[in-house]
Amino acid sequence: MGTKPRTPHDSPKRGEELDRDPLLLPVALDQTTHDAEEAHWTPLKIAIWGGISLLGGLSWVMLAVVRGETVNAIWFVFAAVCTYLIGYRFYSNYIQKHLLHPDDRRATPAEYKADGKDYAATDRRVLFGHHFAAIAGAGPLVGPVLAAQMGYLPGTIWIIVGVVFAGAVQDYLVLFFSMRRGGRSLGQMARDELGKVGGTAALIATLAIMVIIVAILALVVVNALADSPWGVFSVSMTIPIALFMGVYLRFFRPGRVTEISVIGFVLLLAAIIGGGMIADTEWGSTFFAIDPLPLAIGIIVYGFVAAILPVWLLLAPRDYLSTFMKIGTIGMLALAIIVVRPEISAPATSEFVNGGGPVVSGSLFPFLFVTIACGALSGFHALIASGTTPKLIEKERQTRFIGYGGMLMESFVAIMALVAALSIDRGIYFAMNSSPALTGGTVEGAVTFVNSLGLTGVNLTPEMLTETAKNVGEETIVSRTGGAPTLSVGLANIMQQVAGGSGMMAFWYHFAIMFEALFILTAVDAGTRVARFMLQDSLGNVFPKFKNTSWRLGAWVTTGIMVAAWGAVLVMGVTDPLGGINTLFPLFGIANQLLAAIALAVCLAIVAKRGLFKYIWVVALPLTFAAVVTIYASFLKIFSTVPNVGYFAQNRAFSKALDDGLTSFGTAKTVEAMEAVVRNTMVQGILSILFVVLAIIVMVTAAQATWKSYKSRNFGTNEDDAVASQMFAPSGFVATPEEKKLAVRWDAQIAQAKLDKAKKVPRR
Amino acid sequence: MSLLAGVREGAKGFAWFMRGVMGEDAYDKYKAHHDALDDAHEHSVHDPDAAACGRPVMMTEREFWRDQTDRQDVNPQGRCC
Repeated sequence: MGTKPRTPHDSPKRGEELDRDPLLLPVALDQTTHDAEEAHWTPLKIAIWGGISLLGGLSWVMLAVVRGETVNAIWFVFAAVCTYLIGYRFYSNYIQKHLLHPDDRRATPAEYKADGKDYAATDRRVLFGHHFAAIAGAGPLVGPVLAAQMGYLPGTIWIIVGVVFAGAVQDYLVLFFSMRRGGRSLGQMARDELGKVGGTAALIATLAIMVIIVAILALVVVNALADSPWGVFSVSMTIPIALFMGVYLRFFRPGRVTEISVIGFVLLLAAIIGGGMIADTEWGSTFFAIDPLPLAIGIIVYGFVAAILPVWLLLAPRDYLSTFMKIGTIGMLALAIIVVRPEISAPATSEFVNGGGPVVSGSLFPFLFVTIACGALSGFHALIASGTTPKLIEKERQTRFIGYGGMLMESFVAIMALVAALSIDRGIYFAMNSSPALTGGTVEGAVTFVNSLGLTGVNLTPEMLTETAKNVGEETIVSRTGGAPTLSVGLANIMQQVAGGSGMMAFWYHFAIMFEALFILTAVDAGTRVARFMLQDSLGNVFPKFKNTSWRLGAWVTTGIMVAAWGAVLVMGVTDPLGGINTLFPLFGIANQLLAAIALAVCLAIVAKRGLFKYIWVVALPLTFAAVVTIYASFLKIFSTVPNVGYFAQNRAFSKALDDGLTSFGTAKTVEAMEAVVRNTMVQGILSILFVVLAIIVMVTAAQATWKSYKSRNFGTNEDDAVASQMFAPSGFVATPEEKKLAVRWDAQIAQAKLDKAKKVPRR
Repeated sequence: MSLLAGVREGAKGFAWFMRGVMGEDAYDKYKAHHDALDDAHEHSVHDPDAAACGRPVMMTEREFWRDQTDRQDVNPQGRCC
């Protein structure tokens, strides 16, 4: 791919091919019209934005400065929404104006590559929904819950400020750049911009990161379902339900997606209610109460089978179900939080900001910023933003609404998850999220442990734990780590105040567990498939036969390798004597943020190549932050001498204990457990090194490419050639007055054309 | 009456949105794409000569939905965490 030399700035061949016959309706508004509309401040507009700023400011004051006994959840909602609105209106606009220069006279891939299938112009509001459903999953629901141990303020600030300056910027840039390249993937863009070394490192890093992300998501499901007959029954019922939906769509009523999704949803509700009844029976409570290890093996087998089954049978129908649930439950939760407005009694910053917390080890900096990845900055989104979405977008300017706006929406989901987690009693929170190694897995052990933490305002009693467990229909809630159960308790607590009272808590709890499991199983299945294709592609360079993706045996072998890889990490997490989630979750966050750093590094090189050095800080700022956080966190994980933080320090401590002939050490009560710790920490440490080395290679090559552009002043682009657009569509959620005027003229023209066509003698 | 009309409009809009987000309108979009090709092209898609001159052949609704999931088999898309 040779780079075409161009003058600095964006749109190639500006004003030549893109000039449109003045007799035809324009396909874009002039930049001057856009500027004039923006600069036109009516008193009403000033009042609205003044009001938003005031309310936002007041909410931040209520959260950060006024520290009463409790703080109302509504302030979280206001602080978030007002900050998002301001960030969207002003900052994303700034990026659009100075960095990206979208040109609506250019056709998007959906127009110039249109095939009615993969490339098909999609209404911006619908595409926003699509994109949101693809990026938001269990991640933004789980991370904030774990980060709640630091208090409510650090997480809130990072989620809200982080998304405005980092997460949404990344999504927006990647979406825009991929769109300008015909929908090329992040890996391909890395190869184009960073050369072979950087590109290869980016590819391997992506693959490795995918494995770790799938493994830890699966660990969250295992932790939520282990020894929970109700949960196991209702979640495993999603498999036959999805199969039924798949067969229905394939053979009976193809294309009736909404209809079958409603049927599937009703069946899901029946499965939840049925799960409650079955868990009450003698046989049900023994048959479906499965230990963590067999459950993990079950998920591994399931993951393999699901990934080799045809998409129509399992993945596609469950995807419909999960989209349906996502839109519904997130809307429902937002509404419930606004109606109930729970009081939050957690402190702004907790006792654990300097480390020592039982939920996630390490101090606030850097570990808060890796614990909350999704919702603030999520590298995984770069894979989605360079996947389906750029092939469906109608007009270039819409990338702002979909890329930047879509991520703001996910951030809001993270805020709601945080609120839900914070709304439950702090003692219960710590009892649920401390590993069984600390609580012993018993009510008494949990009470003793939590009360020994010396947390202000916490006085946990055994009754509180047994009562809550009874309300949510579980045997116990002690050491239900992973975030999902805590969120579910919080959500059940909020929802029962809106609908059903405490009698409905068990239903809402399992409803929440169900939808988290549904998102995760979809991510596991899709992630395994994507990873398999990446592996096949890479192996194909050495063994050409693997390039043929329809070669059955090759597909099975590569699927098996990928499943074995994440399965091994999952089993390691499940059997970890140190607790599992608290040691592995940082790896998940670091991996996700490293992917973000890779994506931003690619964006940096692209921006430099366009010659836009004056505004390059927009990319450099989040990139530097992500790089510092992840490299520092990795550094601590590798070199820290505190055993709870450093993988190798832990490894040394346990090795030494074994050498000394001890038969029990710390939370490991047997020699086998001690050996497991030695093994696990070694694997985790090596993975940390691998990730950080790969990411550093990518960042260094990106910095080199940037410097080369700066020095040589040889600007260019790997963009596709500009093609003139033949259509018009507004750019934001609501069309501006000028856009509306133009849209009306286009609608009239289209209607006229239809009329003319109908009048003509129909062709055979 | 206007309230009722507003509610009806809102419900209609919501149904349209859900239909789009769930992807139920995929075939409509595909058909519209081919209709537009029809207008631009000499041969209608229903013309037996269409395939001969390189005009893409349009699938029936049933074929289209099958093809849609089968394409995902060889071109999987990630779902985020």
